[in-house]
Amino acid sequence: MRILLIEDDRETAAYLTKALREAGHVPDHASDGVTGSDLALSGDYDVLVVDRMLPQRDGLAVVSELRKAGSDVPVLILSALGRVDDRVTGLRAGGDDYLAKPFAFSELLARIEVLGRRRRPGEGETTSYRVGDLELDRLSHTVTRGGKAIPLQPREFRLLEYLMRNAEKVVTRTMLLEHVWDYHFDPQTNVIDVHVSRLRAKIDKGFSPPLLHTVRGAGYMVRGPRR
Amino acid sequence: MARGGRIVSTTAFKLSAIYLAVFTAFALVFVLSITFAANRLFSQQISETIGSEFSDLASSWNEGGVNGLIAAIQDRSNRPGASLYLLADSQGRNMAGNVNEVATEFLAQAVLTPAIVGYTGNDGVQRSAMVQVVRLQGGMFLLVGRDMSERERFADITRLALIVAGVLLVGLGLVSWFFVSRRVLRRIDSISATTRRIMAGDLTGRLEVAGTRDEFDRLADSLNAMLERLEALMRGLKEVSDNIAHDLKTPLSRMRNRLDAALANDDREAGREAMAAAIEDADQLIDTFNALLTIARIEAGSTDEHADGIDAAAMVRDIVELYEPVAEEAGATIAADIDGEQPFRGNRELLSQAIANLIDNAIKHGRPADGAVPPAIHVAVRREGNDLLIVVADNGPGIPEEERGRVQERFVRLEKSRSTPGTGLGLSLVAALAKLHRGRLELSDAGPGLRATIRLPVAVS
Repeated sequence: MRILLIEDDRETAAYLTKALREAGHVPDHASDGVTGSDLALSGDYDVLVVDRMLPQRDGLAVVSELRKAGSDVPVLILSALGRVDDRVTGLRAGGDDYLAKPFAFSELLARIEVLGRRRRPGEGETTSYRVGDLELDRLSHTVTRGGKAIPLQPREFRLLEYLMRNAEKVVTRTMLLEHVWDYHFDPQTNVIDVHVSRLRAKIDKGFSPPLLHTVRGAGYMVRGPRR
Repeated sequence: MARGGRIVSTTAFKLSAIYLAVFTAFALVFVLSITFAANRLFSQQISETIGSEFSDLASSWNEGGVNGLIAAIQDRSNRPGASLYLLADSQGRNMAGNVNEVATEFLAQAVLTPAIVGYTGNDGVQRSAMVQVVRLQGGMFLLVGRDMSERERFADITRLALIVAGVLLVGLGLVSWFFVSRRVLRRIDSISATTRRIMAGDLTGRLEVAGTRDEFDRLADSLNAMLERLEALMRGLKEVSDNIAHDLKTPLSRMRNRLDAALANDDREAGREAMAAAIEDADQLIDTFNALLTIARIEAGSTDEHADGIDAAAMVRDIVELYEPVAEEAGATIAADIDGEQPFRGNRELLSQAIANLIDNAIKHGRPADGAVPPAIHVAVRREGNDLLIVVADNGPGIPEEERGRVQERFVRLEKSRSTPGTGLGLSLVAALAKLHRGRLELSDAGPGLRATIRLPVAVS
């Protein structure tokens, strides 16, 4: 993916650019708001990563200007701030996701990949997901594996739905907490892990191969058998 | 004379000066109006006396003609305290009376109109008198007058009284404000001196209370109460910084040692492990900082900023659902006693975090000492009058009563829980969140165990 990183801190920018490149992406970097705006409007990017506090032009101003110009490129806002309503103002300005500093790179990468996926053409909201022989029907709220119905609690269903929508992508614990439970605080405990392992017990136990994988140091991934 | 200058600039001096000026003005008006009224009374009495003299003399004239009049005048002139009499012919020559000479023009002028004239009495003293002149048949003038020295004496007395009173007033005023302001200055000086001592770092200093229950005592009482609070806060701050030092230094030095060891070790695998552990330490530090910042932000925030209409019952049910599997893994049960809906205006995210902290605490620290007793957590939501209560109770060791206030402070962890992971900020975060919603966190004995109650006032619209 082509990624534009607008970040004024040299060290962070250098580290992120290098890490994104190693993850197989093509990152560009701008170190102030004005240059960033120009690049974002002229270049064809899949995802923008915008730091909130930038010299010359504030990160939120860059995003709202971009939206005014009609661009719908997914934007992830980075912020060292973290006031209670920062996330809300960030999203209101036109950001698609919000990540507070400091963050683990795996968290940023997972979010970028989920954001970038959205734009792929011809892939609207589908009514069902399929990974291997696991099938989830969003309309009838049913899950089957190998034709066998698997009863799930409502929350487990939403958890699996989110994982399957982002199949083949790493999904972090925070992303699950945000999208499945709508909480944005750190629960300090491995609450998500326990929920995921319960879900795994239902969809993977007694079936082969396993579809719900733990990605060490990052999160989880639903992935079909390798062809 | 620096002190004199300071006295003049004191409030006491300014007040006394204003008081003195106002009082003097009123006294002046009062005395002047009395003098004026008295003068009028005197003048009226004199002209009445003169009138009756005229009518007496007129009857003498009617009875004995000119000679009778002259006799009557001479008779009256010799009485003690006599009025002034003068009978003059048309040329103004003295025919009878005790007045030597009066100019004819004056006599002609003063006819019928009372006038005040200056004259030299028999004793040679200059005096003033009120006189009235009547023109008689044959062009003669009859003058009757009354000495006015009585009136003047009265004026003198009032003037003297006024001066004496004025001098006394100013003098007493000066003396009283001198003492008052000296007393005031002394108290203020003592307050300033104590304040400077406290500013220099001696927080144990207290202001002197004279015991007179005056405004200075009240001021000193309030300031002392403030100092008491400040000292307590400073003590708390010191404890917090000691705890911060401990809680931050431990992972930092652990991290440093690990990296140091990894650097010295050529084994790649061991190096990677050390680095992974160092990242864990860094994460713990970041958690601590985040929790600290969150509390600071919440404490600086206001309730209405992020409040929405929420259903507290559903909110708590969601959190219980989130934690149920974790509790189960830990061998504990969560029983929820939550019925129906509990509409509330607040911030779902923040309140959820508070309840999550309490449940997390209950799971981590609420384990019964007797291993045979399974840990049981009870969560309830209910209304009590105008308060919404969110209760999380465990059946663990509880918190001793004397520690319950302290554990809500930042970084305070009971000795026995120091070894378990955590930032030591959980309960203070809950307390801050409750406070943000105008409520409070109450800790009580669940017999056995700890009962944590978030008590939130429900806005009655």
